[in-house]
Amino acid sequence: MNIKFQFMKYRKIAGIFSIILFSLSVVSLSFRGLSLGLDFSGGTLIEISYKTPVELESIRNTLIDNGFEDSQVVNFGTNLDVLIKVADQNGNSSIGDEVYKLLNQEGFNGELKRVEFVGPQVGAELRDQGGLGMLVALFMILMYVAFRFQYKFALGAVTALGHDVVIILGLFSIFRWDFDLTVLAALLAVIGYSLNDTIVVSDRIRENFRIQRDMSPREMIDLSLNQTLGRTIVTSFTTLLVLFALFIFGGEMIKGFSLALILGVLVGTYSSIYVVANMLMSLTLIQDDLAIPEPEGAEFDELP
Amino acid sequence: MNKFSISQYLLILVVLVLGFTYALPNLYPTQPSIQVAYTDSGKSADQVLLNELKGTLDNNQIQYEEIFLRENKIVVKFSSLDNQLDSKTILQNKLLDKVIIALNLEPSTPDWLKNIGGKPVKLGLDLSGGVHFLLEVDIENAQQGRLELLLDTYRKTFKEDRLNVKNSSVKDLKLFFEFNDKDSYNKALAQYRIDSPGINGLQYEITERPSSNILFLEFSDIALREIRDYAVGQNLITLRNRVNELGVSEPIVQRQGSNRIVVQLPGVQDPTAAKKIIGKTVNLEFRLEANSRTSPLRKQEFNFKDNEYMTATLEKAVVVSGDRVTNASTGFDESGFAQVNITLDMQGGRAMQKASSANIGRKLAVLFIEQKSKSNLILDENGKSVIEQTSYIEKEIISLATIQSTLGTSFRITGVGSPQEASELALLLRAGALAAPMRFVEERTVGPSLGKENIELGMRSIMMGLALVIIFMTFYYRVFGLAANTSLLINLILITGIMSLLGATLTLPGIAGIVLTVGMAVDANVLIFARIREELKEKDPQTAIKDGFSRAFITIFDANVTTLIAALILYIIGTGPVKGFAITLSIGIVTSMFTAIMCTRAIVNLVYGNKNIKELKI
Repeated sequence: MNIKFQFMKYRKIAGIFSIILFSLSVVSLSFRGLSLGLDFSGGTLIEISYKTPVELESIRNTLIDNGFEDSQVVNFGTNLDVLIKVADQNGNSSIGDEVYKLLNQEGFNGELKRVEFVGPQVGAELRDQGGLGMLVALFMILMYVAFRFQYKFALGAVTALGHDVVIILGLFSIFRWDFDLTVLAALLAVIGYSLNDTIVVSDRIRENFRIQRDMSPREMIDLSLNQTLGRTIVTSFTTLLVLFALFIFGGEMIKGFSLALILGVLVGTYSSIYVVANMLMSLTLIQDDLAIPEPEGAEFDELP
Repeated sequence: MNKFSISQYLLILVVLVLGFTYALPNLYPTQPSIQVAYTDSGKSADQVLLNELKGTLDNNQIQYEEIFLRENKIVVKFSSLDNQLDSKTILQNKLLDKVIIALNLEPSTPDWLKNIGGKPVKLGLDLSGGVHFLLEVDIENAQQGRLELLLDTYRKTFKEDRLNVKNSSVKDLKLFFEFNDKDSYNKALAQYRIDSPGINGLQYEITERPSSNILFLEFSDIALREIRDYAVGQNLITLRNRVNELGVSEPIVQRQGSNRIVVQLPGVQDPTAAKKIIGKTVNLEFRLEANSRTSPLRKQEFNFKDNEYMTATLEKAVVVSGDRVTNASTGFDESGFAQVNITLDMQGGRAMQKASSANIGRKLAVLFIEQKSKSNLILDENGKSVIEQTSYIEKEIISLATIQSTLGTSFRITGVGSPQEASELALLLRAGALAAPMRFVEERTVGPSLGKENIELGMRSIMMGLALVIIFMTFYYRVFGLAANTSLLINLILITGIMSLLGATLTLPGIAGIVLTVGMAVDANVLIFARIREELKEKDPQTAIKDGFSRAFITIFDANVTTLIAALILYIIGTGPVKGFAITLSIGIVTSMFTAIMCTRAIVNLVYGNKNIKELKI
């Protein structure tokens, strides 16, 4: 058995890298928060398609002049499509029609592509449900992996998943990308995907631990990672192929969705190698140390 | 050695044939058609209407392919969109408001496929275009209404029992009674306890304040659930009736969660008009029939709802209006004839009592009041005739019966015809007023062009993704790659077939789910092939193939079960488009496992199984 690439040699660097990314994400999430899409924020969204490009500034002014102060006007995909988001006004559901009629009166004659209204409490509920769903998913997966493998693998898997989810959320927060229901769906799919990877790696590690006796845990993990590397690369590659097809050809409405998945596949592949294996090594080493308590105690005494 | 048994091949064959068969309806193009139904939702389309339509179309020389009755509608299929539009204008012009005509695209699924349940995949609103509403039923309002009813009832009961009530009111969804003495307090408490048990358990939650002789009464959770279910169920019926009037070919009106109703109207482009009809107020009035002593100024003539040639003259004064009706159900009288039992609230009961006691022997009418829209042909600025809709209020008599005795909060109407007619009357009485007010909490409109655009974009991404993966797999794994590619195509067909068979809805994120499945489905194959490559280092090709498949199986299984868990949770928490994603993802996981483990193996076995191979290129 040859170990081509000593993954675990770089585990400290990878660990520090992960911790930095994770902390940055947490900081951004707690201070900047997410730029919530309509599904979660509530409000009204209007998409209008024009034959010739229109000036966003003049639409903005028209809206402000007519009492829609809290509104955003942006291009959507091309400069012919305009997306208008009006903040919630006490659950008034007819703002979309009003805005469209108003713009038509003011000479912005375009084709109404879609109107979406989400009431404030629906938004809040979707937020709660989404968060809860995520936690339930993580918990159930933890249980399944603990049942099929061992609690250490489960801890490794869930750490990796938490790592992936927080970092993707962090990226969405740092870059102010819209976080809507489809992105949440993508995030759950990432959980599934990342786990897929994690399990393939864990499965191999488990198998090798059972048949190889003359190797250190570190060599064993390196060997397993090398054995699964080919598969990991090919699968990530084919998945990324289709995701890029989706990102490029799938249209504006699922851009955020495909972006979250692309990030998810990249981070997920990385985490299944470094986070899971790192966790397993840390956990296993502690177990070994527990069998011979003196060295650890001695080490702690020497620290100050 | 690497051979499947006959039964294994047979299993694959059966699954493939089923998958292909049920995916097949998606290949047939849709055909422009119209659906014609009577405006009166109580009436079903019949042969008479069919003949009338046929005659009108023939007279105007409009070509149609097929005309037939389906459920309570008549479906006419055309070969061109022009004929479809022309016929709608002509028929609407001829029949005006007697019928509702919906434009539709009818699948041209052949009969033999239809007979075994074959149908094309349903498209979500983001692909078909249309309107989605989420309405919330105001349960607190219904609760408040019930409490006020209770307040009236107990005020009356306590008065009859000569209890000393100091104060009484309904506050913060609680019934409040304060008594002057302990004796009254105890008697009232005893009365509450007698009244509390319901069919499903205790209805009241009583808070006792003996020191100040105060009793608070709230509805128990069981009672609240009953109130909620009744209000939502009632509003659901009302909404269904209203939506039917819109002439939408496949509307969806469903309860969502505890107190919400989702309404989906595919193809509807004008949410404002739809909102007006859904949110409209239908009402009822009980009025006395005018007699010789009624002054001409105080009476009015009305048509009967079920018979346009019959009329009756009623007094203008309204005895009780429909919002006082708390319940209406059907039952049978002593001689076994159908009757309708009506319950009014306290105030309605009092008014009814007053009016009926003075007028025994006269007739009492139930008047149905509906806001309707009317179609007129007008010329637009280009001189083209278009149909314009105007709304008006229509009042028709749904029942006229003699008052036999003094009526109170509960009374019955007998002589209402067949049990079916009785239940229709009860439905109208209930539907008359919404059980509780509703408000729009979510609304999404997708224009038709966006829907089409989404389908095109989605299909293009599937094709591109598929092409890229197929090219890669062929170059990377050669013969095995071809086997994997075949499995991938079979996988797509199976997903389509299963979705069609289950009647699952395809949405834009659903398409994204399929694209994702294409990428991930090869994973199982890649796992197997990577394993075979490894095994080849130590073993002969045949053993390597065999062990590769069997060793990879456990990994594939574990990896997929966890993804399935995530997809199921997504299905539970998601709504609309996201649910669509969860569905395609879940189906995709299952089919990709099947195709990788069974189909790829079968192909590999067929190619290599019986040969003595020295070298395996993988």
